[in-house]
Amino acid sequence: MSDLLKVTIDGKSIEVAPGTTILQAARQIGDKYPPAMCYYTPLKNTGGKCRVCLVKVSQTSEANPRPIPKLVASCLTKVENGMVVENESSAEVLEARKGVVEFLLINHPLDCPICDQAGECDLQNLSYEHGTETTRYEEGRREFNKIDIGPHIQLHMTRCILCYRCVYAADQLTNSRVHGVLNRGDVSEISTYIQNSIDNDFSGNIIDVCPVGALTDKTYRFKQRVWFSKPYNAHRNCTKCSGKTVLWMKDENIIRVTARKNKFGEVEEFICNECRFDHRSKTDWVIEGVRDMGDDSVISANKYELPVVSPAVLVDSKFVSE
Amino acid sequence: MGKQILLEHINKPGINTIDGYMKNGGYASVEKALKSMSPDQVVEEVKTSGLRGRGGAGFPTGMKWSFLDKKSNKPKYLVCNADESEPGTFKDRYLMERIPHLLIEGMITSSFALTANTSYIYVRGEMMYVIRILEKAIAEAYAKGFLGKNILGTGYDLDLYVHPGGGAYICGEETALLESLEGKRGNPRNKPPFPAVSGLYDSPTVVNNVETIAAVPWIINNGGASYAAIGIGKSSGTKLISACGNINKPGVYEIELGVPVEEFIYSDQYCGGIPENRELKAVVAGGSSVPILPKELILKTANGEPRLMTYESLSDGGFVSGTMLGSGGFIVFNDQACIVRNLWNFTRFYHHESCGQCSPCREGTGWMEKVLHRIEHGHGKMTDIDLLVDVAKKIEGKTICPLGEAAAWPVASAIRHFRKEFENHILHPESCSAKHLYFGTLAVH
Ligand SMILES: Cc1cc2nc3c(=O)[nH]c(=O)nc-3n(C[C@H](O)[C@H](O)[C@H](O)COP(=O)(O)O)c2cc1C
Ligand code: SF4
Ligand code: FES
Repeated sequence: MSDLLKVTIDGKSIEVAPGTTILQAARQIGDKYPPAMCYYTPLKNTGGKCRVCLVKVSQTSEANPRPIPKLVASCLTKVENGMVVENESSAEVLEARKGVVEFLLINHPLDCPICDQAGECDLQNLSYEHGTETTRYEEGRREFNKIDIGPHIQLHMTRCILCYRCVYAADQLTNSRVHGVLNRGDVSEISTYIQNSIDNDFSGNIIDVCPVGALTDKTYRFKQRVWFSKPYNAHRNCTKCSGKTVLWMKDENIIRVTARKNKFGEVEEFICNECRFDHRSKTDWVIEGVRDMGDDSVISANKYELPVVSPAVLVDSKFVSE
Repeated sequence: MGKQILLEHINKPGINTIDGYMKNGGYASVEKALKSMSPDQVVEEVKTSGLRGRGGAGFPTGMKWSFLDKKSNKPKYLVCNADESEPGTFKDRYLMERIPHLLIEGMITSSFALTANTSYIYVRGEMMYVIRILEKAIAEAYAKGFLGKNILGTGYDLDLYVHPGGGAYICGEETALLESLEGKRGNPRNKPPFPAVSGLYDSPTVVNNVETIAAVPWIINNGGASYAAIGIGKSSGTKLISACGNINKPGVYEIELGVPVEEFIYSDQYCGGIPENRELKAVVAGGSSVPILPKELILKTANGEPRLMTYESLSDGGFVSGTMLGSGGFIVFNDQACIVRNLWNFTRFYHHESCGQCSPCREGTGWMEKVLHRIEHGHGKMTDIDLLVDVAKKIEGKTICPLGEAAAWPVASAIRHFRKEFENHILHPESCSAKHLYFGTLAVH
């Protein structure tokens, strides 16, 4: 297969189709792939912003054996034939990643103990794996007022990492995006203009694409720690979407409905608001069985009843933002 | 005073009108290029001249032009970057304000070289008066047949528009500028693709600084080789330097590249020395983002050779002992100026201007500013100094656009060369309060 491109990442080689990014190739190898906080396969134009996926290209291609001088965003950089990439094998990459994680956390409220996203939060996982245990940051933390964006969704901007995923989701899934990024720099915020409410059939998906607890489901707020609920694959006949969802059950009650996500945290098929918010009776659904969340998730089977110890960095929470 | 190319006619009466400008030889390059040269010959001439981008990076202009994907069946665009917002830099506005037709002539000749039929001048939003001057000049050029359909009967069409920016430094970064020009939020794009392949409206685009484009008419009229004969080696031609800070004669000077820095600071032709004959302490030679150098290193390189105003000489020694020519914003500090306070001021600027897209710049610029604010206001700790160095390092090279570096370099260099001053602030905060923010107070007029 001559049109496949060979790429070597941390010493492991794989052949991929032209147009494949380093991140996708690394995910195909499946070992230690770079983390990604802003890139999201189902949404076009995402990526390049958070910088946690930076890797070192030590050989650009077979034809051009020179390294790329700066670290590159693996989520956007396309593989070339004979490319050699260092991810976790490069001290420079690990140091840079530690730096980015620190940047993402300095203004984060670290309010995991009261955040609905805890347990399924990409930032929590990222800091657990790549962060440090203490913080060097002693200055005041940025805070935003909560903004009411409608009946279904809670926007808690203080937790946002500005991945822009929800903006692309609204652009690409709905026909009228009414929210976006206002202002600049570290006071940029996701917002609707003059407190518009976000309300259309697919708006709930912005909750699922949010990597942190900035956009949460109002019907689920403070109901339950995620690891005490049990996920089931289920479906129903729906005219608006595939109807394929995950029901989050506590005892016999459906306390939340979400789309199904793969092991990279990416939605498999986006779902409509009716499926997400309006069908909370078991008789509305055909339940397929318990969903396997993968071994490294705190949500996985047999872990439901265990108390979860937060990473030290998360316990050090001086700033609780409600 | 050396050869004057851009400012030669700047004081001639009526030079701001098309008649006054044409009386002094204006628009000759349009006649020459459109009537007797092919677009590629114009590109070749610019290549021969060795002209380098005057916006800051110093990239060879002819080479940039030859990267433009001319085979694409999409329209080609030339966009002039007139967003000039780098602290200490005020040369482009001087040209546009005083001799607007020089830029317009350059735009026409350059657009012809690039086979562009629509071109834009993106002007910093705060400079409304410059926008009005340019619009008036463009209307005059249309009336004389230098713009519009079938220019001078040659069959070449060009429309030229002025676009007011929204007032953000980041829109001077070329891809943020293109986003803004398209009517979007001015966020820099990830590269590749580069504008030469996919720029404005996904089409092949060249973005050039005002001063770069303004040099093109002279090059076409006199030949690339004559331009290359001015200056030294790869630093050919002349450069506008906007000089400010603790000098007797702040202003915009056109220098032949190669003038010794010492001569530039002390000669009466240029800055005229330092008021009250005070000691020189440091210079930021190319706009606020380039590394600051102390007196010993700005007057002489680490090897003891005189430092010259060229791309090569100023960067001699890398970032250990050198700096950059940058945009030509030349800021002079005397022995009373406070390096810490100035650094805090610069950092405050970058913090304010970060677009906020990528985490290292969004979070790191604010962090550095807060720490510097503490040090400047007497609440610093010794560990803050190394913290700043480390935060700067974690921004540098990790961001989408070079604003991250622009924020990191001043911090790294100020601490590299003036660590004692930071320590002094931390140990004796009370003794620092008498010092002033010279750049901020003197550069305004
Ligand atoms: C944050 C930032 C601000 C910039 N501002 C300007 C500017 O105001 N004017 C300018 O000509 N170039 C500016 N640049 C450089 C441009 O991106 C680009 O390199 C330049 O316009 C190219 O023109 P040249 O090749 O003629 O120098 C800026 C770059 C950055 C990263
Ligand atoms: S480096 Fe700063 S200004 Fe440039 S894209 Fe990133 S956040 Fe925006
Ligand atoms: S995932 Fe690549 S930059 Fe965010």
